[in-house]
Amino acid sequence: MGLFYLFAAVSVLASLLVIAQRNPIYSVLLLIASFGALSGLYVLLDAPFVAVIQIIVYAGAIMVLFLFVVMLLNAPHEETEYDERVHPLLRPGPMRFGGLLAIALVLELVWALTKGGESGPFANGAVSSVATIGRLLFTEYAFAFEVTSVLILAAMVGAVVLARREEWR
Amino acid sequence: MPSLNDYLVLSAILFAIGTAGVFVRRNLITILLSIEIMLNAVNLTFVAFGRALGSADGQIIVFFVMTVAAAEAAVGLAIVISLFRHKESLNPDTFTELKW
Repeated sequence: MGLFYLFAAVSVLASLLVIAQRNPIYSVLLLIASFGALSGLYVLLDAPFVAVIQIIVYAGAIMVLFLFVVMLLNAPHEETEYDERVHPLLRPGPMRFGGLLAIALVLELVWALTKGGESGPFANGAVSSVATIGRLLFTEYAFAFEVTSVLILAAMVGAVVLARREEWR
Repeated sequence: MPSLNDYLVLSAILFAIGTAGVFVRRNLITILLSIEIMLNAVNLTFVAFGRALGSADGQIIVFFVMTVAAAEAAVGLAIVISLFRHKESLNPDTFTELKW
């Protein structure tokens, strides 16, 4: 119980700070902290495989890609004077509306979830074995798994084409 | 022991934080990071429901969501790099050429 609240608090706080930071490098590093806490939550949910790929793939690969791009572009701040001067929540029009919309969303979701009746602790019978997941991936979900490889190939080719310099055009 | 509702509420809060980030921030990289927060909130929901139902399907869907997130991040960041080369800016308000 205590661990759940610890991990939940860390992930929510880190995610809030991701939004609040002006410097994208800090945002990326805080998001890695948030993913670490989420990985702990996956362990509490008896899903060690997801916890490990959360760290290795998400924090280790995707976030490092983000960090590379942030450092490559070397544009640590939001550009305009206006953005520097005015707090996001005090801006007019759609931006503040977006913030209010998010607050309304969380209120609605929490209200709906707490109205839905109390759910007790989880029953026994968790599937935490990596062997079971692997077997399912290569039998029942074999087609989706193969399609995923085509998706990754397409993303790779797309990224190379989009990010290369203009000379060849 | 925390119940399923606790995990769902936490996931709802994380998703709303991601939504707020997309709306409030004016930096393309932070917007992409907010999308990652939302994807992770949904992943947490999948794993929590899979655990509650005693099924491995939740964890397998999370595996696929992570793959799609990786592809999305790669293509999205390539587009960000290419946009930055054109305008020297990461503020989405500067990219208005398609606006009539």
